[in-house]
Amino acid sequence: MATENTKSHTPNLEGQPPVAAAGARHSGRWTGYNRLLGARMLELKREPEIIFWVFGFPLLLALGLGIAFRNKPADNTSVAVVRNAGAARTLALLQASSDRASSDKSSPARSFIHATVLDREAALNAFHFGKFDLVVEPNPDGSVTYHYDPARPESVLSRSEVDAALQSAAGRQDALATSSSVSSEPGSRYIDFLIPGLLGMNLMNSGMWGIGFALVEMRQRKLLKRFVATPMRRSDFMFALTTSRLIMTIVQVGALLGFGMLVFHLPLRGSLFSVLVLAALGGVSFGAVGLLTACRAQKLETASGLINLVMMPMWVFSGVFFSSQHFPARIQPFIQALPLTALNDALRATILEGATLHSQSTRLLILALWGGVSFILALRWFRWT
Amino acid sequence: MPSPIECVDLRKTYDGKVEAVRGLSLRIEAGECFGLLGPNGAGKTTTIEILEGLLAPTSGEVRLFGHTWTDNPRQLREWIGISLQDTRLSEKLSVRETLELFASFYSEPRPSSAVLEELQLTEKADAWVGKLSGGQKQRLAVATALVGNPRILFLDEPTTGLDPQSRRQLWDIVRAFQKKGGTVLLTTHYMDEAERLCDRLAVVDHGQIIAEGSPPDLIDRLGGHHVVEFEVSNNAGGNSDGQAAEAWRALPGVESVRYEDPTICLNVREPHLTIPALLDALDQQGQNLEHLSTRQASLEDVFVKLTGRHLREN
Repeated sequence: MATENTKSHTPNLEGQPPVAAAGARHSGRWTGYNRLLGARMLELKREPEIIFWVFGFPLLLALGLGIAFRNKPADNTSVAVVRNAGAARTLALLQASSDRASSDKSSPARSFIHATVLDREAALNAFHFGKFDLVVEPNPDGSVTYHYDPARPESVLSRSEVDAALQSAAGRQDALATSSSVSSEPGSRYIDFLIPGLLGMNLMNSGMWGIGFALVEMRQRKLLKRFVATPMRRSDFMFALTTSRLIMTIVQVGALLGFGMLVFHLPLRGSLFSVLVLAALGGVSFGAVGLLTACRAQKLETASGLINLVMMPMWVFSGVFFSSQHFPARIQPFIQALPLTALNDALRATILEGATLHSQSTRLLILALWGGVSFILALRWFRWT
Repeated sequence: MPSPIECVDLRKTYDGKVEAVRGLSLRIEAGECFGLLGPNGAGKTTTIEILEGLLAPTSGEVRLFGHTWTDNPRQLREWIGISLQDTRLSEKLSVRETLELFASFYSEPRPSSAVLEELQLTEKADAWVGKLSGGQKQRLAVATALVGNPRILFLDEPTTGLDPQSRRQLWDIVRAFQKKGGTVLLTTHYMDEAERLCDRLAVVDHGQIIAEGSPPDLIDRLGGHHVVEFEVSNNAGGNSDGQAAEAWRALPGVESVRYEDPTICLNVREPHLTIPALLDALDQQGQNLEHLSTRQASLEDVFVKLTGRHLREN
């Protein structure tokens, strides 16, 4: 009852001055922009899925991949030894080799070899399914045959490791004395490579979906049409959308970078300011690409198809999870021209190598061109209704 | 003083093929509530969206208070408030936030609290739009139109899909706006809505106005005053429909005849002359009267008379 009373009284108390001054309520130049931005931020805040995809998902991905590819004490390799008369001797040689390696402190960390004895058929089958990196088959004459897959790097590595182990255990002497230094400093690990890539991918994802999908949704709801039927300045609408993207970008970068630094001791060798400038440029450029992708689509299905189509080549080529240098030199010019490649390379150079913004003007230019050209085309073709 | 809404020979062709509007002219006076009545697909929405400046006509001219959409679009948008057919406002914003957002686009908006009060949405001010009922959503849509303090209110199918109580609430809102001197243009395919709410109507079909006038005037001119509906059995006496229609048409006071299987409808001026004659005629033909009723003619009858179709049919 008490609440009822307050409710019915409030309009009267508050209502009187405004009603009297009804005609005098003027909106300022930026009232519309401020309200649009405020509304957009409220909507984002109230959408749990957005919070998850923008913040939760990249963190989980970083955590998962960081754990999967964490630096193990030594690189393990799993091999199958075919069960036959020579199996016991092969196992003994491998064991002897690993004992020697662990007792010899001066030698570089040698891979640890897991050997499992299996029937020939079973061993080869398990190898084909990737359970083993190598199958070792002892021959009746005392020699061994390696079954390996030259297309699998870990298989190739395993073959040479096992061969070295067997040869040295059987008495081969190294002709050349070698030593190695181990590199697992922060900055050169997989997780260090990964986090800037995830940052770039996340900026692309949220720029494309956050602008493209949001716009098509508003168009499908006829909300855009309703807005342009008011005296709203269309540029205010676009600015507010861009600003909301920028704000999100800064929070996103902070979250992922902070997570990487706290959990995985990611080094930040360049300035935070440079990272933020890059992220802002990336976020806005991808927002513009999203705007262009969605400038005419009427249905959400069409828009998601288009957005995925545009992002697909960049997921594959732009060096998110592995270096884009793995692709043939012939297609490198194409790869280097993609906005995500430019953003990822720039983020990596800044975070891991401490590069200045000035030294990467080409990458910045590529990003700015993608953003600028997309924005101009999008405005030209944009459909409000 | 130029009329709030005036358009001359509007035409709209989609993709060079579909002619949605075919030469439509209107003049709506200040303070009037004008209705475009017609079935779905008649071109009502296209017409109202051209008037609202959301669609460009293929040819023809629109003037609101004497201004065209090309010479002063921003000023015109300040003067009009619209409710589109089926806009889904952001579900995660509250009623008040939505209204404040729309208010911010206008240079001299009304206080949101006053508009909320007027549209009986004060209690729901802090509820999210997604949680509102259909009637409340529609009232909010009209609230977003009224918060800019418009001179003209455009409502496209404002009560479609609403329950009777919500419809009446919306009618009251429209009347209140009109009472303050506002001009209203609405589209509807509900004849009762057109009849009760509109001062004048244009019946639209296939992109053209086929009749225009006040509701009583239209009914008077085209519908006859009364409708006599009856059903007979044993109608297989060899008479074709055409011959039978001739016979009914010849009865005193009958203006027109139409068949709505199995009912036969007569538009009549003076039922007290027609009905005894009808009963005599049936008696002579040896047919049994299964059902007989009379009612006041409505806009529906006007529409059927004009087009041979019902409003709700395709």
